[in-house]
Amino acid sequence: MFYREAGQFKTTYVSDSAIFPLRQDRIGLGFIIAAAYALAFLGSDFLLQAVMIPFLVFSLAAIGLNILTGYTGLLSLGTGAFMGVGAYACYKLMTAFPGVNVIVWIFVSGFFSAAVGALFGLPSLRIKGFYLAVATLAAQFFLQWCFIRIPWLVNYNVSGALDAPLRTLFGTPIMGPNATSQTRYLLVLTIVILLTWIASNLVHGRIGRMWIAIRDMDLAAELMGIRPLQTKLLAFAVSSYYCGVAGALLVFLWYGGAEYDVFNINQSFFILFMVIIGGLGSLIGSFFGAALIFIMPIVLGMALPALMSPFGLSVGSDTIEHLRFMITGALIIFFLIVEPHGLARLWQIGKQKLLVWPFPY
Amino acid sequence: MSFRTLSLGLAAATVLAGTALPAFAQDSIYVPLFTYRTGAFAGSGTFIADGMHDYLEMLNQRDGGIGGVKLVLEECETGYDTKKGVECYEAVKGKNPVIVNPWSTGITLPLIPRASVDKIPILSMAYGLSASARGDIFPWVFNPPSTYWDGLSIIIKYIGEKEGGLEKLKGKKIGFIHLDAAFGKEPIPLLQELAKDIGFEVALYPVAAQDMQNQSSQWLSARRDRPDYVIMWGWGSMNGAAVKEAVRSGYPMDKFYSVWWPSEDDAKSGGAGAKGFKELNWHAVGANFPALQDIQKHVIDKGLSKASKDKVGEVLYNRGVYNSLLIAEGIAMAQKLTGKKAVTGEDVRRGMENIKLDPARLKELGLEGFTEPLALSCTDHNGHRPAFMQEWDGAKWVKISDPIEPMTDRVKAQLDGAAKDYAEKNAGWPKRTEACDKAS
Repeated sequence: MFYREAGQFKTTYVSDSAIFPLRQDRIGLGFIIAAAYALAFLGSDFLLQAVMIPFLVFSLAAIGLNILTGYTGLLSLGTGAFMGVGAYACYKLMTAFPGVNVIVWIFVSGFFSAAVGALFGLPSLRIKGFYLAVATLAAQFFLQWCFIRIPWLVNYNVSGALDAPLRTLFGTPIMGPNATSQTRYLLVLTIVILLTWIASNLVHGRIGRMWIAIRDMDLAAELMGIRPLQTKLLAFAVSSYYCGVAGALLVFLWYGGAEYDVFNINQSFFILFMVIIGGLGSLIGSFFGAALIFIMPIVLGMALPALMSPFGLSVGSDTIEHLRFMITGALIIFFLIVEPHGLARLWQIGKQKLLVWPFPY
Repeated sequence: MSFRTLSLGLAAATVLAGTALPAFAQDSIYVPLFTYRTGAFAGSGTFIADGMHDYLEMLNQRDGGIGGVKLVLEECETGYDTKKGVECYEAVKGKNPVIVNPWSTGITLPLIPRASVDKIPILSMAYGLSASARGDIFPWVFNPPSTYWDGLSIIIKYIGEKEGGLEKLKGKKIGFIHLDAAFGKEPIPLLQELAKDIGFEVALYPVAAQDMQNQSSQWLSARRDRPDYVIMWGWGSMNGAAVKEAVRSGYPMDKFYSVWWPSEDDAKSGGAGAKGFKELNWHAVGANFPALQDIQKHVIDKGLSKASKDKVGEVLYNRGVYNSLLIAEGIAMAQKLTGKKAVTGEDVRRGMENIKLDPARLKELGLEGFTEPLALSCTDHNGHRPAFMQEWDGAKWVKISDPIEPMTDRVKAQLDGAAKDYAEKNAGWPKRTEACDKAS
């Protein structure tokens, strides 16, 4: 009823192996992207700045970790640090070469993160699972230590903090305090869509199949001619690239300035939860996970007082904070019990049900 | 989970997300309070939040607000987390706040460049960026009554006087145990410069935020290095743990100094051995002031506060009161200057620049002798006021010195350098366009 495959015939292999084989899916995606852009002109400052920009940034970081953990099966706890490498690299680059447009540096900073990620990915040939997680934990602590201890990284700033200088694109400020949340949102949205599209092409192509083969059975993959070291390192590099770009966006297009502490171990866990809740090995899951972990507490913070006030209950901000933790935690457990494969799997089931409705067979 | 329940849930969530933020009436003044009653720093944050809230609530209850305009107070919980602090800022920005108190150096830093764009003054009372004391470069940021550099210079001066002159510090070793974040690292350049000038040695003991509760390795190094004095720059659970570790490692407590943050509870955690621990302060401890009595009468007895009665008068509670005193004075002055009742952020910025807390005014407010007089101006957003030393006698803080002036000559160079540096590094940092009032 909602969805019909009937009448859509595939006459070429290309159309048969498309990522969105159904016309309705393609229309739906176009609609979502159009709505996302329209939001820049309809949404309030709070919605754009405090909800949508961080949501997109965390989604990008979750895609990065998903490439590594979801598609290649390599567990990492160093996401926060890799994001930090991107942010610090971007800061150094844009202060050293102020003449080059900052968007170039945002994309280039990811390569520094990729190099560092690949370096810490080297042990992945020998170890996996929890052992690898501990190796990446070392990356987290070591890099964080570097961020505090090397004043060169922040241009010898006394406060040891990064801050976003004024940068423009076609004369419009996109970075620094004068940039409106609208321009920042549009920029972040465009970068995230572009990188998601690239990631989608990567994971659905030859490289993605290599990653999945390594994840499912690395011995068999090796026998089939896939070289494990190169494949794993590539996964580390691509994953860190995404995290690095996300880190640069986080500091310069969202916060506008940050201390090293932003990239602590909690940030790594935060992203890891998003990937697990959203769905391992799914790009759309990364967006769902970011929405659940990041947006839901904000919604709860606004909804709880509104829900309780009719009953004459007024609660302090600290109680709401505790309630947020409890409800978010309970929902995470609930979702994982109901659907261990994450929100992405629920989405897939929903789509399938719509496809066959009203005749489930 | 059936698809039906899921879609129902999603629909409900969308509706909730769409509910508009509550709007405030025009004849009130909106004062958001950033607090942290949760998280690792709640041990310090809770009392400050209570003090801040209770003083302003007392004005509402007793006087019907300021100048006949009711204050709308709203707390936003940051948990001392920069991410949540920035979220709080975005949440309150649209409701025309007259002033924002970030209560965390980490949150203050990203807000500083935004203040001038959003026209919201920032009050980072004795924390945040020390260089923001320069009103000509940071017209929207206020950090009275002392910067961390002033604080450090006061401690060094006090130690020097105890030794019989600053030059006697030559050859001594001073340990510096600090939170390894922007807050704790800020005084280090000045400390190193003083060390070079005077000739003492510095030993740094950084404590990472995740290891606040466990400082055994730092105190082990301190025992090995045997510093003549230890100065602490700590916050939250770090303070209590440091006092405990200092006592345990047998460090002489009368040689242990701290900047103004440790509370009664922090000192108590050291047990009887904590006697002699010293810290700086710039306002009185205790509740024997008419204004604080009014808080008990109008707020706490009526059940409008989260604080219990015995907390009124403690160091951090009174610190919160002092913070609210500055807000209230800024608003009152803004009303006087503009003749408006419901003032805006821009008016309060002017009001803050004209704050004059002389003894007569303090008496009028019921806070006679509560603190040193303070006057801010267009160029000086800090005051660089003296602070006094107080000592823990095992049960309460006792004032043991007269107010000590900071070493302004040494601090000033550092401050000007840092302010210039900040403006240069942030290319395009706006020149001050806000006019100065004649009075200041």
